Amino acid sequence: MLYRETGQFKTTYTSDSQVFPILQDKIGLIAMLLIAFLVVPVFGSEFFVKTVMTPFLIFTLATIGLNILVGYTGQLSLGTGAFMGVGAYSCYKLATYFPETNLVLLILLSGFFSAGIGVIFGLPSLRIKGFYLAVATLAAQFFLEWCFIRIKWLYNDNTSGAINSLPREAFGYQISGGAADYIAQYIVVLCIVVMMTWVASNLIRGRIGRSWMMIRDMDIAAELMGVRPLYAKLSAFAVSSFYAGVAGAMMVFLYYGSAEPEIFDINHSFLFLFMAIIGGLGSLIGCYMGAAFIWIMPIILRELPEIIGLDINPATVEHIIFMMIGGLIIFFLIVEPHGLARLWQIAKEKLRTWPFPYT
Amino acid sequence: MNVAVKTPKTATDRKPAPEVMLDIKNITLSFGGVHAIKDVSFNIHMGEIRAIIGPNGAGKTSMLNVINGFYHPQVGEITFKGETRAAMRPYVAATQGIARTFQNVALFKGMSTLDNIMSGRTLKMHKNFFWQMLRYGPAMAEEVEHRERVEEIIDFLEIQHIRRTPVGRLPYGLQKRVELARALAMEPELLLLDEPMAGMNLEEKEDMSRFILDVNDQFGTTIALIEHDMGVVMDLSTRIVVLDHGEKIADGTPDEVSSNQDVIDAYLGVAH
Amino acid sequence: MLYNIFVDPFAQMLGAPDFLMQVLWEGFVAGTLYGLIALGFVLIFKASGVFNFAQGIMVVFSALTLVGLYQAGVPAWAALVLTIGAMFVLAWLVERIVLRNLVNQEEIILFMATIGLNYFLIGFGEYVFGGEPKKMIASELGLPTGSTTFEPFGGVLIIEHLDVAAVVVAVALVTGLAIFFNKTRIGRALRAVADDHQAAMSVGISLNQIWVIVWFAAGIVALATGIMWGAKSDVSFALQIVALKALPVLIIGGFTSIPGAILGGLIIGFGEKLFEIYWGGLLGSGVEGWFAYVIALIFLLFRPQGLFGEKIIERI
Repeated sequence: MLYRETGQFKTTYTSDSQVFPILQDKIGLIAMLLIAFLVVPVFGSEFFVKTVMTPFLIFTLATIGLNILVGYTGQLSLGTGAFMGVGAYSCYKLATYFPETNLVLLILLSGFFSAGIGVIFGLPSLRIKGFYLAVATLAAQFFLEWCFIRIKWLYNDNTSGAINSLPREAFGYQISGGAADYIAQYIVVLCIVVMMTWVASNLIRGRIGRSWMMIRDMDIAAELMGVRPLYAKLSAFAVSSFYAGVAGAMMVFLYYGSAEPEIFDINHSFLFLFMAIIGGLGSLIGCYMGAAFIWIMPIILRELPEIIGLDINPATVEHIIFMMIGGLIIFFLIVEPHGLARLWQIAKEKLRTWPFPYT
Repeated sequence: MNVAVKTPKTATDRKPAPEVMLDIKNITLSFGGVHAIKDVSFNIHMGEIRAIIGPNGAGKTSMLNVINGFYHPQVGEITFKGETRAAMRPYVAATQGIARTFQNVALFKGMSTLDNIMSGRTLKMHKNFFWQMLRYGPAMAEEVEHRERVEEIIDFLEIQHIRRTPVGRLPYGLQKRVELARALAMEPELLLLDEPMAGMNLEEKEDMSRFILDVNDQFGTTIALIEHDMGVVMDLSTRIVVLDHGEKIADGTPDEVSSNQDVIDAYLGVAH
Repeated sequence: MLYNIFVDPFAQMLGAPDFLMQVLWEGFVAGTLYGLIALGFVLIFKASGVFNFAQGIMVVFSALTLVGLYQAGVPAWAALVLTIGAMFVLAWLVERIVLRNLVNQEEIILFMATIGLNYFLIGFGEYVFGGEPKKMIASELGLPTGSTTFEPFGGVLIIEHLDVAAVVVAVALVTGLAIFFNKTRIGRALRAVADDHQAAMSVGISLNQIWVIVWFAAGIVALATGIMWGAKSDVSFALQIVALKALPVLIIGGFTSIPGAILGGLIIGFGEKLFEIYWGGLLGSGVEGWFAYVIALIFLLFRPQGLFGEKIIERI
């Protein structure tokens, strides 16, 4: 009743190729953006903005990067954590050398460093496929982790081995360092993530995204269409690592405030892979859903005992969370291997004919 | 675009243009100890429909794979549009104007019909990465321009109703038509068709034959065709080359080939 | 610099041959243990096409169950039998809940399911057994202790009896499993299932039985691995990281080859130890974290299917 396409005709190819061709979808999107930009910072509690929304957005960005590589180009990568680390350490060094420069610019620049590293470790993809490629990316993951510890120059030789978000400003607001304004941080993160999602969406719908998907589906036939596997695969690695790098830089400077190499380890790489798969490989909106699910669910689970009034030891809660995440992953894979995005699509299909029961 | 239905003419009505587009000389292809193709030579004239026929395992698909560069022969050379090479490469074949359909439908299963056909335009799309990131502006104009061409092909092959359907869901006959559309989207000079009628019923075969003839007539595309249905082969082709166990056993017009004793033996299965 | 890389290490090796033998022996032992872990992976991959990410935690879990039962007062050998039973129950549960519902799904989906299983078992294990490291009941199980000292070349070579036992166990397991896979009817069925679930079902092979058998076998291997590794260095959740080492082993040996798993393990074991001792000084510590992967990567570039794996042929 509410969700109908009747009367919405497209008269040009341009309008036919929109992401949200149905008016109701467009309204929904604008509403979400308004809520994100206006309602959350004004009405949200500090806990909600700082510990839920900001990291959710950052992780979504990393997941988008991973999804481009795994979901759209079909190259399995387990090195997301390390590429995020490259971005983070690059940003740290850039911030050290250019203390007066706008931090947002530096964050975006550090993406290029991780893109470069991503291309280098993506080179094996020209010979290797599938699981074996995952091993190559694991080599990248472990090697880079080792570099983060061994190359003292990366963390300015300080004894703790950790990097701190140096106090920096952007557009007149203190957005990193101890005295950072968390609302400014949130808005900066939101703007960057929204913009980069838009860019990702553009790339995916155009020639480049098509060449990625051609490689994923049948790379032998793709070559015959004129797609050069070299360019397609390496561009996927480059873009994916760029996104991961920016996410990593934001993670340290605009969220955690400091970082030890552990936060870029293999467990985090797997975490993002979960987000991508549960959200739905090959779907941008799935990245948001997957990140929300994996990030927000444990937070709710941690708060739940208090809310219900049960008294459970926090360590036990952690164990239960592990079990639940594991169990839910298996559950999701059984019920809908294409992820939450597909479930959302099915729901919308059903909504189109609601309240009538027939399809 | 006006699609006129033409009745298939017999081969003798059409005069093949004498200019040679593709010349295969002494190709030998082996895998390990197995010879897939043994010293085969033939040519394809511009504008003709050349059928490659033979019993199963004769090396027909391998021959097509050599032509578009998936397999590299151990011996021999390929001359395409005047350039001679020891082996073709898929990317070079694509840029030179060779397009192909496959025996087991090699469509991009994760994409819709429209996207699959648009993927055939890849070589003709040039707007660089930066414009792709913005999309609105020059990249969009290019998309629309190619979308228009693709829609012409969709009209030509009558597949408008399945534009947005993911190709994995289409019935086999329609998948083959989409594959043909994708190959046509490349605007090829030489079109290689590997059993385009496999698994089709009579009606579908007549439709497909009509499309193939129209492609040859209206676009002037040279076609190399592997096919098992003898009726189709005799009606459509200008000349035929017959392979058996990797060797060429006949080469000529349909009339010549159908009365050739070696060909008849090969198909009926005389002991070697 | 070049001297340091190409000449010095070999000079060191030749200068102290008894130390070299010690290093080689250590590499050998580590290699067989890596091979054991890889074996668990190969079993499951060979028979169900699934890369069981949870193999590492199964090693820990089985070891913890064994020690936990012993600490609860059960005599050592009875605890062993009960643990074997527990692994059977685990295999049965995994088949029932996870595998049965994911028949014929893509590899990556199954792989993700095992990651989910991994997380679940971590949480469950920590909940039941607690997170502190425990001591493996090696001597109670009859494993030898102590060591023998040899004196080759006038130097010193110490061989732990436990290490010898580990090698013997590994060899026995590998031989037994290789025979099982190649010579028995069930082995053939296992290979059929690995190739194509649906085709195997259509010829009457009971997928469910096969999978329970295979995961049980992998569980036994995990238990053996857990006992051996745990005897060398206590049982704790850190042990599961070692499972990730199995990947390079599998790359080199091929995902589907039992002898390949051991051979790959040995190559990695030797390579790692030699590199760490003789070249490690150049790069600093922690190199063994990624060295195995680099070896595997180089292997992949030249031989993508591993030493014994099946060549992947793509046809159009």
